[in-house]
Amino acid sequence: MSIQEIRAQFPILTSKAYGKPLVYLDNAASAQRPTSVVECQKMLAESQNANIHRAVHYLSSKATASYEDTRDAVKEFINAPSREEIVFTSGATAAINLVAFSFGEAFVHEGDEVIVSVAEHHSNMVPWQMMCERKKAVLKVLDILPNGELAVESLEKLISEHTKIVAIAHISNVLGLVNPVRKIVQICHKHGIPVLVDGAQGVVHEKVDVQELDCDFYAFSGHKLYAATGTGVLYGKRKWLDAMPPYMGGGEMIETVSFAGTTFAPLPQKFEAGTQNFNAIPTLVPAIAFAQTCMENAAVQVQQSAIFSFVYEALTSNSRITLYGVPRGTKVPLFSFSVKDVHHEDLALIMDKMGIALRSGQMCAEPLMDRLGVTGLLRASFAPYNTLEEAEYFIKSLDKAIEMLV
Amino acid sequence: MNLEVKKQQVIEDFSAYDEWLDKYEYLIELGKSLEAFPEEKKTDDKLIKGCQSRVWLDAKLQDGKLYFSADSDAIITKGIISLLIGVYSGESPEAIATDDFGFVQEIGLKENLSPTRAGGLASMIETIKRIAENG
Repeated sequence: MSIQEIRAQFPILTSKAYGKPLVYLDNAASAQRPTSVVECQKMLAESQNANIHRAVHYLSSKATASYEDTRDAVKEFINAPSREEIVFTSGATAAINLVAFSFGEAFVHEGDEVIVSVAEHHSNMVPWQMMCERKKAVLKVLDILPNGELAVESLEKLISEHTKIVAIAHISNVLGLVNPVRKIVQICHKHGIPVLVDGAQGVVHEKVDVQELDCDFYAFSGHKLYAATGTGVLYGKRKWLDAMPPYMGGGEMIETVSFAGTTFAPLPQKFEAGTQNFNAIPTLVPAIAFAQTCMENAAVQVQQSAIFSFVYEALTSNSRITLYGVPRGTKVPLFSFSVKDVHHEDLALIMDKMGIALRSGQMCAEPLMDRLGVTGLLRASFAPYNTLEEAEYFIKSLDKAIEMLV
Repeated sequence: MNLEVKKQQVIEDFSAYDEWLDKYEYLIELGKSLEAFPEEKKTDDKLIKGCQSRVWLDAKLQDGKLYFSADSDAIITKGIISLLIGVYSGESPEAIATDDFGFVQEIGLKENLSPTRAGGLASMIETIKRIAENG
């Protein structure tokens, strides 16, 4: 499949912004959806709209089948051992909150410790902080090295007999570096500590195999992976999910209910309280198919690496620009940078008017901004439907915008 | 200069540019030419909340008129606040408090800023009005 054939699946990419061709480089915030996903969502609304798991009627059976087939597709996609270990949520944030709450209830007590890195998205930091406050536990922070890599060597020193869980991003949404998750898991498991991986960015760029990673939890969002918004996945090892109490009550998460007490449904329903997002979850199936096609497609890979090299060289060879997250070997085409004497907001405003969609600001990673000593950054994140021409236009426009501002 | 005349001048200056990039260029120039704001005055009580970039606004009352000074760490935002205080400096608190700030709509500034930044512009206007209301 050529890049043009891929682009043809994304009608939104032919949009104009202020009369200029739209160049969408905010993919790390939310990706665009291919027609297969849009059509799937339309089909669900038009011909499968009925509540799942409850009724015996025709429409409900069809909706339930689509929803449960999606669980199998996700299981295959991340190579989970069983479908019961796949819990659907509204997104990565909801998945991490679920674990922070339920794992915290079961396993964390006063004086215990939780480790996160300084480079976490707020969604993989605030839920742990909230849980630690509730449980009077301590949140400890793994630092980064000057080049942006996680200081994995310091992890062992941070771990103590009180450490209950370690939560780390697969790929930082700011630095764009693939963290050595397998190694982190090995270190933690040596001490009997489970690891949650925030895969919101990771699942988009890496082929994820949760058995190979051996992580205890893996969380990701659908909307960054070309699926509909309001879709998310939590993979959890059965031994942990079984031992954790439900996060929310109500709906089909029960076995029997009486005022004397309620018993809960087995996995995964135990963690899927209330009416599930049956009009969107099945869009994960065409979305995963698209993601896999891109990962396996030679033309896409050649294009992505050409874009990477071009943008990486352009940003690192400009003495005015500081790129954060430098190591080439582990970096994905996600570039956060600052420009000397230029405010990120000004650049984003001007480049918006040039038709380029960038992210500016703290990128939901305020602790990392503090650590880097910046008030915010500018980020360009590329997807398989972006072209080298767009990358070139981005760099040319960046130069022009900088010229306007200095 | 009368308040309405000053507003009309801004509207005319702005409409001279068709392209938004040129309008930004104009705002950048405005920002660059704004009178220096002393570092020691950049205190939290002068910081306008709701802005992504930082904006400091100070005002003094002299002979019944308000005179504003301002700064921002982002140049376009600085241009915007410069434009606002250029119009309202030298006006009486009553005139500012009762003004509808409609000329901002007329030059299409708000619509052309992203929602968070339009929020920033709204905060700047609110702060100017609040200062005027408190005399």
